[in-house]
Amino acid sequence: MLDSIYKFFTSVRLAVVLLALGLILVFWGTIAQVKLGLYIAQDEFFRSLFIYWKPNGSTLRIPIFPGGYLVGGLLLINLFAAHLRYYKSGFKRLGIAMIHLGVVMLLLGQLATDMFSVESRMKIREGASSNYSESDGRWELAIIDASSEKDDGVVAIPADLLMKNRELAHPDMPFKLRSVKYHINSALSETNETSAYELVKAENYTGREVWWSALPKETRMNFRDIPSGVVELVGPTGESRAVLVSGYLSRPFTVTAGGRELQLMLRPQRYYKPYRLHLIDFRFDRYAGTEKAKNFSSRVRLERAETGENREVTIRMNEPLRYDGKTFFQSSWDEKDEKGTVLQVVDNPGWLTPYFACVLVSFGMTWQFLVHLIGFAAKRKTT
Amino acid sequence: MKAFLKYLPWFFLALFVTEIGMVMRPKKDTGLYTAEFGRLPVLLNGRIQPLDSVARNSLLQIRSTGDVPLELLPSWQFWRHSKKLKSTEWLLEVCFKPEVADTRNIFLIHHPDIISELKLGDKGIEKSGLRYYPYNDLKPLVKEIFTQSETAAQVESAKQTTFQRQVLKLANAINIYQRLKNSIQPEGTTDFVQLLADYKAALPAGVAAMRAQQSGGDADKEAIQKFMRIGQQFEAAANQSYPRAVPPLDLAGSRDDWLNVSASLLGSIRTLEIPPAAGFYARMAKSYAADDAAEFNAATAGYKNWLVKDFSREANKGRSEFYFNQIKLFLHATIIYIFAFVLAGGALLTFGSWPNVSESLRRAAFYLIGLAFVVHTFALVYRMVLEGRPPVTNLYSSAIFIGWGACVLGLILERIYRVGLGSVMAGLAGFVTLLIAHNLALGGDTMEMLQAVLDTNFWLATHVVVVTLGYASTFAAGSLAMAYVILGVFTPVLSKGITHIELGKALAKMVYAIVCFATLFSFTGTVLGGIWADQSWGRFWGWDPKENGALLIVIWNALILHARWGGLVKDRGLMSLAIFGNVITAWSWFGTNMLGIGLHSYGFMDAAFKWLMLFVGSQVALIVLGSLPLPLWKSFSPKMDSGKPLD
Repeated sequence: MLDSIYKFFTSVRLAVVLLALGLILVFWGTIAQVKLGLYIAQDEFFRSLFIYWKPNGSTLRIPIFPGGYLVGGLLLINLFAAHLRYYKSGFKRLGIAMIHLGVVMLLLGQLATDMFSVESRMKIREGASSNYSESDGRWELAIIDASSEKDDGVVAIPADLLMKNRELAHPDMPFKLRSVKYHINSALSETNETSAYELVKAENYTGREVWWSALPKETRMNFRDIPSGVVELVGPTGESRAVLVSGYLSRPFTVTAGGRELQLMLRPQRYYKPYRLHLIDFRFDRYAGTEKAKNFSSRVRLERAETGENREVTIRMNEPLRYDGKTFFQSSWDEKDEKGTVLQVVDNPGWLTPYFACVLVSFGMTWQFLVHLIGFAAKRKTT
Repeated sequence: MKAFLKYLPWFFLALFVTEIGMVMRPKKDTGLYTAEFGRLPVLLNGRIQPLDSVARNSLLQIRSTGDVPLELLPSWQFWRHSKKLKSTEWLLEVCFKPEVADTRNIFLIHHPDIISELKLGDKGIEKSGLRYYPYNDLKPLVKEIFTQSETAAQVESAKQTTFQRQVLKLANAINIYQRLKNSIQPEGTTDFVQLLADYKAALPAGVAAMRAQQSGGDADKEAIQKFMRIGQQFEAAANQSYPRAVPPLDLAGSRDDWLNVSASLLGSIRTLEIPPAAGFYARMAKSYAADDAAEFNAATAGYKNWLVKDFSREANKGRSEFYFNQIKLFLHATIIYIFAFVLAGGALLTFGSWPNVSESLRRAAFYLIGLAFVVHTFALVYRMVLEGRPPVTNLYSSAIFIGWGACVLGLILERIYRVGLGSVMAGLAGFVTLLIAHNLALGGDTMEMLQAVLDTNFWLATHVVVVTLGYASTFAAGSLAMAYVILGVFTPVLSKGITHIELGKALAKMVYAIVCFATLFSFTGTVLGGIWADQSWGRFWGWDPKENGALLIVIWNALILHARWGGLVKDRGLMSLAIFGNVITAWSWFGTNMLGIGLHSYGFMDAAFKWLMLFVGSQVALIVLGSLPLPLWKSFSPKMDSGKPLD
């Protein structure tokens, strides 16, 4: 029994089957992007153990095909196991070992990226500076103490917690907070345009009536979900008030509680840094006589008080700034007047693995083919 | 007979070398200096190019051909050359004799609904089922066409119907044509030299009067009017103009600050001088319209000499690119590839039955592939130098490079196994890829400037070149496998021995070796692409369609190798897998672009989709053919015993 399991996991046959499954998976996952959009297709096909079939009108999820994690995971096991079984030392087989090690590294590196990497954006206007970046897809409910000048005057509640109807408390919050309703993607309106809209039974900073409607998750590239929710603030004596928070509302809702003035705001999750970037100049160069982009670049000054660092760097297409374990890429710009930049900030601890993997596999393959070639040439000479 | 066979290869080689020599020989203008005009540098699409390239790329977008035939010949009379208007000659007409240009049948409309909707059925001319119309026929319809195209443009490009796409194409063609007409002189000008003289005379008084008016003083109304009448013509033309023909006046500034002729004349308000280039162009315009060859030649030569002083780099660029346009080396390489393919095919079919004939044909094919390789390489390198870029920058150049890579592999194979297989593969791959490239060039300028993220020679030279070589070698393995199936099923050739090994076995070895190379190139190329993405967007892998396409090739090649090592497939199975490699590579190369999504989508191409499907169908048919039981294979049926029929 054990022996047959061992044979199964070490067989070349399994490798071939897994490669074939991988092939179908990648092809299917690519075609599916047309309908689902990149992000959802990515989650359903590649970041999953199984691809599920959801029959219309039922809540059943029937697994019909192995997903990326399953195929990749089995491939990893197969690679390791086959090595234990077939490994022979010597120059002739060195290439194979290098190739497989490289592939293992690549797969593990991508798994690490999937699990640990965090992407966010930093928007800076010319002449201004910023010490935080904002998440693309995650939101938080920030409760800001307006009287405090420092960042730590903020209680940030991740939006995930608002999806559950739990009561939330925090020592810095003079009230308890209960999520009444939360839409991951939503629309707001000042009139009830269609029957899909309903009146929001909560206060908002404008003081006017607002209608809202839940929307399906966004699948298009360059579009994002904008959430809205109603939270109930429950004071120590049990009195409560319902407040509308929404990604659409650009100004916070102000409440006075416990003798302090607090602001409530639903905003993209922020990642604060112990340094700031000051945008000196953003440039959008075009080819002469056309609107075609030639280069985008941001001249920034990196300022860090604790180390006394203060230097200028240029971030441009294909030339990111790597600093503090994070990488800052030129990503976008303020389309209104081209006087502001948007930097993509990536924190990916596994970013170097592909570099090593590429070198290992390429050397391994070249090694192996040279061994073959020399053998082939020698054989031709003797016959 | 023996001597004939001995010299046949040399005869073919000499024939084509002579042809190439004739093509590349520098030609002098006789009579009118049209070529000299075609060499003049201008700035368009962000790059310096000769006027001839402007003309050629415009014509390709308008008429899908690089020149304008002046008479209709039935297409079966292929030996007769119809009289043609070369691209530069056509441009001269458009700019300086627009009334003649308006009668040329250049607007290709091939959607029947457009023709019927615009009631054009009884107009224009027809050739090989395609209809061409002169501008005069379209003039009354321009407004309607533009209205229709504005509606079509509002539809997302992936959702446009063929009709909408064709309307957009027609509107684009008309727009280019109208802009070309305004590129040198404002449309409707009869004597540009006189107009410039009037303008220069009106300038000082006009400008002074305008200044006086602005500062609220007494202004000479008449002087303003005189000056404004001409200025307004330039202003209208400046907004319409296409290439920028006037080099920067400020030599200390950027060398890219070229202006179109009319815009440069508007700039005269500041300098009170007519830019020299505009003066020369005015003389060319007037003399060409008046058929005054001597004056036209003098003006063209004069401008060239003026340019060489400060703009010799640009003038040289114009000359070199003009020469490259004229010699059409890729076209000639295509012709040699077809010939070599036919000869090598003959060599394979006669292999074993008429050894002497076969050897003679094989050598002829090999020499021709060698010649095609030289021509192809020369053209490839010439393009790289013109662009100042590595070989692959867009889909067009990837086709050229894939053909080149396959040709190299074919030559190497032919050197190892001298039976004609390498030449068959090189000939076929060279021909097909250059044909694809030719069709891709119909989209316009193939040396376009690169988007910001692509503007890095390092990654273009590493990732793009390596991954393209991966495509080329996967195709090479696939085409050898095709040869294996076709030869094996229909001829007894595969069982015949070459020196120490059967041809079939030799083929299997070649395919295996090439798949190994393909794996190396496609893997390295794909990972390098990931690293590039990590450098520019901060993510190694984003499951973008083009990335996935490259990954599919890697997976497939790895699968072939593992299936072979695990003993899951033998020779014939290997061939079927390699043929399917063609399908995967074709999809990765073109299919991913057709999805119309992702960072790599260069545009939706529905005509190409039909061809892709046909190609996939043909490959599947070959795989089915290759799965026939052995007794049905002529090469392996029991009746055959190592090539000798059992009677």
